[in-house]
Amino acid sequence: MKLVGRNLDKDGNGYITLVPEESEDMWHAYNLISEGNYVRSSTIRKVQTESATGSSTSNRVRTMLTIKVESVDFDTQACVLRLKGRNVQENQYVKMGAYHTLDLEVNRKFTVSKVWDSVDLDRVESCCDPAQRADVAAVVMQEGLAHVCLVLSSMTLVRAKIDQSIPRKRHGNIGNYEKGLQKFFENVMQAVIRHVNFEIVKCVLIASPGFVKEQFFDYTFQQATKTDNKLLLDNKGKFLLVHASSGFKHSLREVLTSPAVMAKLADTKAAGEVKALETFYAMLQSEPEKAFYGLKQVEKANESQAVEVLMISDALFRGCDVATRKRYVTLIETVKESGGEVKIFSSLHVSGEQLSQLTGIAAILRFPMPELEDEVDEEDSDDSDEEEEEKEPERDDQT
Amino acid sequence: MSRHRNVRTMNYDEDYEGYEDVYGHSVEDDYPSSPSGKPSHLCYLNVCTCNGISFLLVSVSQFIFDRSGSRAPQMSQFFDPENDIAEEPEEDGEMPRNRDVEKARQRLDSLTIDSAVDDAVAELVPEEEILLKSCLDEIRDVVGDSFLDKVVISHILHAKFNREKALDNLLSGVTVDPTNLSHVPKKMKTQRETPIVRPQPIKPKDPVVKVEAGPVKASSSGVTSISSKPVESLKVVPASSGKSVTVGFDIPKERSVTPSPVPDTLQPQQTNLKCPSPVPVKQETPKPSKKKDFKPDLALSEYTKERGSSKDLLNLLVIGHVDAGKSTLMGHVLFQLGQVPKKAMHKFEQESKKLGKQSFMYAWVLDETGEERSRGITMDIAQSRFETTNKSIVLLDAPGHKDFIPNMITGASQADVAVLVVDSTKGEFETGFESGGQTREHALLVRSLGVTQLVVAVNKLDTVGWSKDRFDEIKARLTTFLVRSAGFREAELIFVPCSGLQGENLTKTSTETDLTSWYKGPTLLTAIDELKPPERPVGRPLRISINDVFKGPGGQCIGGRVETGMVQPGDKVLVQPVGEVVTVKSITLDDGVGTTAFAGDPAIIALQGVSDANILFTGCLLSDPNYPCRVSSKFQARVVTFDAMTVPLVKGFTGVMHLGSLQEQVSVRKLISQLHKGTGEVVKNKPRCLMKNSNALIQLECSRPVCIEEFKDVKELGRFTLRYAGVTIAAGVITKVM
Repeated sequence: MKLVGRNLDKDGNGYITLVPEESEDMWHAYNLISEGNYVRSSTIRKVQTESATGSSTSNRVRTMLTIKVESVDFDTQACVLRLKGRNVQENQYVKMGAYHTLDLEVNRKFTVSKVWDSVDLDRVESCCDPAQRADVAAVVMQEGLAHVCLVLSSMTLVRAKIDQSIPRKRHGNIGNYEKGLQKFFENVMQAVIRHVNFEIVKCVLIASPGFVKEQFFDYTFQQATKTDNKLLLDNKGKFLLVHASSGFKHSLREVLTSPAVMAKLADTKAAGEVKALETFYAMLQSEPEKAFYGLKQVEKANESQAVEVLMISDALFRGCDVATRKRYVTLIETVKESGGEVKIFSSLHVSGEQLSQLTGIAAILRFPMPELEDEVDEEDSDDSDEEEEEKEPERDDQT
Repeated sequence: MSRHRNVRTMNYDEDYEGYEDVYGHSVEDDYPSSPSGKPSHLCYLNVCTCNGISFLLVSVSQFIFDRSGSRAPQMSQFFDPENDIAEEPEEDGEMPRNRDVEKARQRLDSLTIDSAVDDAVAELVPEEEILLKSCLDEIRDVVGDSFLDKVVISHILHAKFNREKALDNLLSGVTVDPTNLSHVPKKMKTQRETPIVRPQPIKPKDPVVKVEAGPVKASSSGVTSISSKPVESLKVVPASSGKSVTVGFDIPKERSVTPSPVPDTLQPQQTNLKCPSPVPVKQETPKPSKKKDFKPDLALSEYTKERGSSKDLLNLLVIGHVDAGKSTLMGHVLFQLGQVPKKAMHKFEQESKKLGKQSFMYAWVLDETGEERSRGITMDIAQSRFETTNKSIVLLDAPGHKDFIPNMITGASQADVAVLVVDSTKGEFETGFESGGQTREHALLVRSLGVTQLVVAVNKLDTVGWSKDRFDEIKARLTTFLVRSAGFREAELIFVPCSGLQGENLTKTSTETDLTSWYKGPTLLTAIDELKPPERPVGRPLRISINDVFKGPGGQCIGGRVETGMVQPGDKVLVQPVGEVVTVKSITLDDGVGTTAFAGDPAIIALQGVSDANILFTGCLLSDPNYPCRVSSKFQARVVTFDAMTVPLVKGFTGVMHLGSLQEQVSVRKLISQLHKGTGEVVKNKPRCLMKNSNALIQLECSRPVCIEEFKDVKELGRFTLRYAGVTIAAGVITKVM
């Protein structure tokens, strides 16, 4: 992302103009733009014109439009951001108040005007930092199951999931098993070739329990030599074999924490997040009075300036009302003021997914606060009430 | 024209019952079109409509399709089940007579009755046809499809479209001479003193006992009373003739004036009766509540009949730390029992020598893949079979390496008893027994998967000079752990000193004086022989867990274990969670004895009618279509967390659940309450997190729907383990499926 223009007053009110450069930037844009913001961007619109004789013709024109955003849609797999809203600046083609849906495009600038808070500004800053780019492809696999993922700095995309049943070895009939395994490897290899852009990707992690990774690696390069696949042969050095306990997506967490990978990805957000979450779990295990989750408890802890590391999922900021958002922002700001570290997790990473399920907010404290333990019940009951409500319609379905 | 004919030949009333429930069905789904898939038709023809007892034929074909289980609810299910048992013997006696004596006549008769009815139908004017149709519909509502169309039609014609009367006649067993069918009824002949409309199955093998006594009761209680009840509960197409049902596809208008619905191959034009139309399979919405009606008696009696005399089957899992010598030990046992030809053994010896791994020669008996042999470790469960004096043993050799525990769990879920192999070499036992070692984890796993009897083979004792002290030390340490932490009963543990490589004390009492001087106990084999087989839940609805899917010589095959119930070739089974009904083509048991698989048996089953091989995968289930397994992604469970847990269990925690052969990603949705380890009382509601060695009630959610059962219903499918980052962190039982 490139920052091309910025005009803010002291309250943070104003506009920022950005140029997305890659698909991941759409994710940042998605997190920056919320309902009620004004977005200006170049777009294509079908315009109908009526001639003097009454015949109408329609043609597509490219025009600049400013809309007041009413809804934001993001497709995580295709990285497409669509903003729907009403036109607020009339031009020769589009009337005031007419609906339009903006598709943000790569390499076309867009301007967002709204009240910018510190979280937003941090995001703008971080996403415009070119040093933070580290593209890693990862294949987590076990016999019969593989996930081909792209780990970008702020999102993990599952590009392919290969789920295939491999016959078991059985007495006197090994052929089936080996054939099944070869076929499975072939599928995974094709997925890697199709989805991994070796020009961008720094390294390809192959993670599995047992020897599946070695077998797959051997198979891949045997095939590559056989078919003279330059693409794979040239990039052999980029492959890195790592241990993982299973082929499920959540094993990616183990992969990202392994020391060999950490060295390669030291400054990526993904690895940092995973590490912070691991620390949190470790703390919860060893000193449960120093690790808490849930907004209320963390806020309580923050009141006594106890928060050392605050982990918060970016999903919390999306689509919430101004008051709630303000509550989160204040929390983040006060933690920073008191010298704490704030990590905003991307909800598209495995660690972020996990944090989102863990109420989306967690903190490691400087000192134990056993008194907080007692307040658990009250908060959890709030949660469960909501869940109960969710469940009711399901029950109806069943009956 | 051709379209028209299709419509004419359709058997409407039977179609619609299924279509009512399931929208957008294709006809192919419901109609097994190949007659070869239904050997039962032969019999259907043979018994066919010998004069006067035409209902018999219906019953036979009925029965055969009952076995398949995918038929719609039968009226009989709504009647008192008690009567049926009393009736049974009488039927058994009767059936063979009919088949044998009247076989030749039947063929002739079947032709006569069919063509007679067809002729009669063809004579009808359109108005009468409509009338006939409406009567037929109404009668069908009452009796389901336990009568053949012809029979019903003949009764209707006989009663001159008076449906009450026709129904009465039908149910009270009055028979109509089909050759005399016309607008004027000729005579009514009572054939039997006991009116039996749906006799018992001929095959005594049937485990699903349908209640067959309905008609007897029905006839006595009168038509009006029965007509109301089944209509409600069956929810079939309403009887009014004017109603057009267009669910699934459009029905052309002509249908109201087409001749009465008769099975297509029995059309007047066609006198060739070689391939009768298959009786449509009706899709029934599964009602779990019906479980109460399940009758285990026949399955049980069948089980005792088939298996009563033979040796008890025992599924034996061999577990232990990596390199404890599991495969070598069991390979040597198999060799000593003569299961491995000398020639093959010699070959293994030569080849392993070539690789410089001569000590692995016995392990090669079980480790067959190239990968396993070259690396010298077992990677997947190897299955083999041998006999002891009193038992027939299915041997499952589990991998010991940490990374292959998922495979080991698959094996453990099939096991009844286990042999824990420990390496007695100095230092090796200790490594295996430490917290990271597999001795502990495996023992905990098999215990949590329901294994209670354990033989501990103290292996490689020759390396320590058959030292009694070492044996006693290992025994003491293991006993403490197995009894205290894993929850085995001391009485159910047997410790056997042995050497896998030397082959000492495996099948024959050892000749080593160092050992025999202090050890007088059983050999490994006798220890195994003394284990007690668990009770087999044969008398429950069928469940087969699939742990292997492959294309075999017989087509699409699955390898699996029959968890509960029994299965025979020709049975209809439901593939879950997909929900497709397929037919069992053949069953291969490991020992090749019999074709019927009972609970506890590992079996290879060839299936027919699998639309897409992808619906079968490791971890899915075959079950009785009438009593399907629960499919859900959310459930409540009582779990025990283990010592090896590195991260606490909190909300949102994601791990891998192993349930039988199934592996699925699950996340913790809710921590409901923490329970006291001993008493099970609630210690704390909604705990923040769960630490090591705690006991709790939690709610879990899988990433996709899976087949699960509550522990109290089916133990085998209600038990699971939870793993994360290569460690087993918890084991649990499902308390509530949501």
